[in-house]
Amino acid sequence: MIKLKIDGKSIEVQSKKTIIEVADEVGIDIPRFCYHKKLTVAANCRMCLVQVKNIGKPLPACATQVMDGMEVSTKTKFTKEAQQSVMEFLLINHPLDCPICDQGGECELQDTAVAYGASESRYAEEKRVVVNKNIGPLISTDLTRCIQCTRCVRFLKEIGGVQELGLVGRGEHAEISAYVDKSVESELSGNIIDLCPVGALTSKPFRYKARTWELVRRPTISIHDSLGSNLEMHIKDDRVMRTLPKENDAINECWISDRDRFSYEGFYHNDRLLEPMIKKNKKWLKVDWEEALLFIAKNINRSIAHEGQDSVAFLHSPQSSIEESYLIHKIADKIGTQNVDYRITQKNFDFSGTWLGCEISEIETLDQVIILGSNMRFDQPLLTHRFRKMVHQGGKLIFINALEHDLLIPLEKKIICKSQEYRTQLIQMLRAVYEIEPKKIINQDILAFIKKQKLNADTLQWMKQFVKGKNKKAIFLGQNALEANDASDLVFLANCLAESVSGLFGSLSNYPNGVGLDLIAHKQELKSTKDMMAKKISSLITLNIEPKYDIRANINLTDLIQKINFKVAITPYSGDAFDDFDCLLPMAIYTESSGSYINIARKLQSIKAITSPKGQSRPAWKILRVLGNYLDLDDFDYDSSEQVLCKVIHPKKRLAYPPLAAKKFNNKEKPLKKDGRNEIHPILPEQSDMIVRRAISLHSKKNKPLINIRQEVL
Amino acid sequence: MPDEIINAPVQKKLFPLCLATKDLNHPASIKTYISIGGYEALKKILTDKISPSDLLEEIKLSGLRGRGGAGFPTGLKWSFMPKNAKGEKYLVCNSDEGEPGTFKDRDIIRYNPHQIIEGMIIGAYIMDATVGFNYIHGEIWNEYLSFGEALNQARQAGLLGKNILNSDFSFELHAVHGYGAYICGEETALIESIEGKKGQPRFKPPFPATYGIYGKPTCVNNTETFASIPWIIRHGGQAFNDLGVANSGGTKIFSVSGHISNPGNYEIQMGMPFSELLDLAGGVWKGHKLKAVIPGGPSTALVPAHTIMQATMDYDGLSKIGSSLGAGSMIVMDETTCMVNTLKRLSYFFYEESCGQCTPCREGTGWVYRIVKRIVDGQGRLDDLNLLKDVSQKISGRTICALGDAAAVPVLSFIKHFEVEFEYFIRHGKSMIESLND
Repeated sequence: MIKLKIDGKSIEVQSKKTIIEVADEVGIDIPRFCYHKKLTVAANCRMCLVQVKNIGKPLPACATQVMDGMEVSTKTKFTKEAQQSVMEFLLINHPLDCPICDQGGECELQDTAVAYGASESRYAEEKRVVVNKNIGPLISTDLTRCIQCTRCVRFLKEIGGVQELGLVGRGEHAEISAYVDKSVESELSGNIIDLCPVGALTSKPFRYKARTWELVRRPTISIHDSLGSNLEMHIKDDRVMRTLPKENDAINECWISDRDRFSYEGFYHNDRLLEPMIKKNKKWLKVDWEEALLFIAKNINRSIAHEGQDSVAFLHSPQSSIEESYLIHKIADKIGTQNVDYRITQKNFDFSGTWLGCEISEIETLDQVIILGSNMRFDQPLLTHRFRKMVHQGGKLIFINALEHDLLIPLEKKIICKSQEYRTQLIQMLRAVYEIEPKKIINQDILAFIKKQKLNADTLQWMKQFVKGKNKKAIFLGQNALEANDASDLVFLANCLAESVSGLFGSLSNYPNGVGLDLIAHKQELKSTKDMMAKKISSLITLNIEPKYDIRANINLTDLIQKINFKVAITPYSGDAFDDFDCLLPMAIYTESSGSYINIARKLQSIKAITSPKGQSRPAWKILRVLGNYLDLDDFDYDSSEQVLCKVIHPKKRLAYPPLAAKKFNNKEKPLKKDGRNEIHPILPEQSDMIVRRAISLHSKKNKPLINIRQEVL
Repeated sequence: MPDEIINAPVQKKLFPLCLATKDLNHPASIKTYISIGGYEALKKILTDKISPSDLLEEIKLSGLRGRGGAGFPTGLKWSFMPKNAKGEKYLVCNSDEGEPGTFKDRDIIRYNPHQIIEGMIIGAYIMDATVGFNYIHGEIWNEYLSFGEALNQARQAGLLGKNILNSDFSFELHAVHGYGAYICGEETALIESIEGKKGQPRFKPPFPATYGIYGKPTCVNNTETFASIPWIIRHGGQAFNDLGVANSGGTKIFSVSGHISNPGNYEIQMGMPFSELLDLAGGVWKGHKLKAVIPGGPSTALVPAHTIMQATMDYDGLSKIGSSLGAGSMIVMDETTCMVNTLKRLSYFFYEESCGQCTPCREGTGWVYRIVKRIVDGQGRLDDLNLLKDVSQKISGRTICALGDAAAVPVLSFIKHFEVEFEYFIRHGKSMIESLND
């Protein structure tokens, strides 16, 4: 225990901490610019200078470790004078034109200047001017305002994984710059906007759109990936103006990915569907809700009458909320069809229970990890950072993938193989375990199977450390592995492997609400999209899916949809993907509706609508509820989404999640087809769903959009 | 006047220890160095297997203090190096002299490189370092090349590399050059620069002895410090200590420049009265009167003539008169010197060479320079002197490295001793000295 005094207050701390950390814990305010709790200490701004008894000069609180018996004063004349002098130095070259600065009103320098700055400047000379740099479509630079705190430099190096910015030049000529003619490409780059304590780095899409005090702040979450990052959306006149992270150490810490930050632009794209539409005589007509719903009811009922209940099918997006999914299942159930699914990119359905296998923050504590088949920087950019942290703390990462995907993490071992070889890779790993410690393989069936396999010398070599090390191990299957044709085998084998080394087993599924939807679906005897293809489906209702782009990896399913006679889409957007549909119902974007989602680490998060739905669009759960009424089904009289949620999740009961496991294992060794398709399907972060495909700023020059999106915003 | 006559009294008072080979033929060659007893100390250590701790005691006894400016006792610094650390330990020779008026390390490398090499090998033996670097200032390119040649000679003689002189001791030494940034003379900035990064000082602690090059224990010493080591081992620590005075053992090279008859490097025993050193260098040029002296380089305080004439040239002698020995870069100024113009030149140096990492130095040095420039341009204001003092004091003691303090020293000492000249310049818009001489 270390005992010290800050401003006369006696404090005991356990480990060696810095003065600023201790002061923050006990609520004593020390001004700072370069210090950030999640970044390394630079100690360059000198704003946090404090007095320490018996030391002649002021010490930086951010870099000075507390020592037993230390007496720190943060409010004395000595301290104040030191801090005020630093403030004066910072302001001599900083423009004093806050009213025209985009950061005005939410600027750390401005706020601190009120407390520590003089009312008049003693500096009468010319101020420094720095030429701005174009570092891409997301971040606007105003480098004359920069105070060289290097938070942005350290963020990109330490959290982003690559040092894309640096402080070039010396002394007064020191300025932030990217490499010559380069922009900042990190998928986490937007965080430097939040980190910048002045107006030097601001959001380009938000530039001069609103002032901080005009904005209403409402909490929500992201559903672009399976993390469910906590967000704070800033709203003016019922319109989301920008998105910022909301701190949650269990999920996103204080960061968010660029996709989460700039996706709000997509909410207001010209493609937004504002009125129900039906197709009559090959022409689209705008109609009112009543007419559209009657039109649907008539066609569905006809389908049932002529071709049976089984001819109706429902597909919903993995982004759907628990409420939406519950209602869609209920409609299907009441009609009497089992054709419901959300696993639109999957090709193998003999496994369930996908989840991370641990808390998100637990990843940092692992020592040895194998990741198989994951384009993680595209799928879950922030999760990559947790693995990066793990490796920086001495953990070892083995990465097996079909795509040469640079994780920006120093790897212990990297294997690039075809996606069909994942199974072989796992078998060889198990074979190596058998070679090293034969008793560790518990499952007798698999043991018999493994014994028959040939040992691969290379795998044995690198598996030695993995098997023998007595530390925390884990194996994760990524989205690419889960989408493989033999995904259930992969789940089965990976499970055995994790068991044999007493490690964690998890999946890095990218279905935003995959855990929640699995919870609803797994108990019921439902058909998968694969089963549906074998049947004659004449009516289809899709929810929040843009078939052509969302299912593009699953060619068979795309073909199936094309053949169906009558198609209804409940969708927030129109577009060429719906050309062959018969009816479009405008649904609210997820932030305009209430809903509940369970993230990859089994954390349930319910959100409320933060703006009203645009045009005639309505929250999807309300559309489904009314559709139930129009189809003359009983028991569709919910008044709120909470009532719906109660049907799935009892507030007092623990949720019965299915374990992550495969139903069966195909132990017939198939020889590899030489001409087999290597299923890579990387989905770039800005292509992953309907909203981000329409968030224009995300589509920088480098990553061209896969679909042609009109460059207009409502 | 023939050279011998001028040099006769000079030779008597000089004590060429680090510059021992300077006046010989082919001074930099290994043969010349061996002819004056070079590498004997190393041979003795390796053949007699003298223990590192005994050698360290000898260094401590010698009273040798860091010659780069800070004057930290070398033996003590070397004892901070962890004894049983795993992996590499590094030894660095700091030849990055970049302050105006410093040119002693250049001459040691130019004339006596092998003494540095031998000093570093002995240092490595004492501290168990495996790899060494000599970081040479980027503006003395020829010396970088010639030091490389000296290293080759030493390697060929089996003095560097694996199993030095067939012992079980190995040490490799490399010449590294900077690109002329003053800041890289600061030991942690130098370490960053060796690592291939931008030269910027690190926050201390941790000190290089625990976290240096690539995070490994590292010891950084000045060129002259290393060059003193072989003599100490050869003659004993006490003998070295006896060369100087209390608290200042040994000899010191003074790089005398400015308004002096014979500018150059003068290696003398510590404790010599300033007046004698002045005479050695031929006195103030053109028969002018002495006005003031910067005794140790621009980062040490200016001393007016009447004070410096009473002083002795050693650590205590100069600190007694409110200045310091620094790196021994003595700048002599005669009565025609305008102090305002001189300060403008010096503050421009610190403004231009600030690394820009921390706020007070980055912003403050530019501010100071602009105020002095304004005064020189005839735009000065009476409260500028207070402003100058205030700004300098606010830089001092608030930066990551000591160069913030260094930038403040000339401003404060110039104004302290010659405030009249500054006031005159502000009031009349022209230099008092130039007006008097007109």
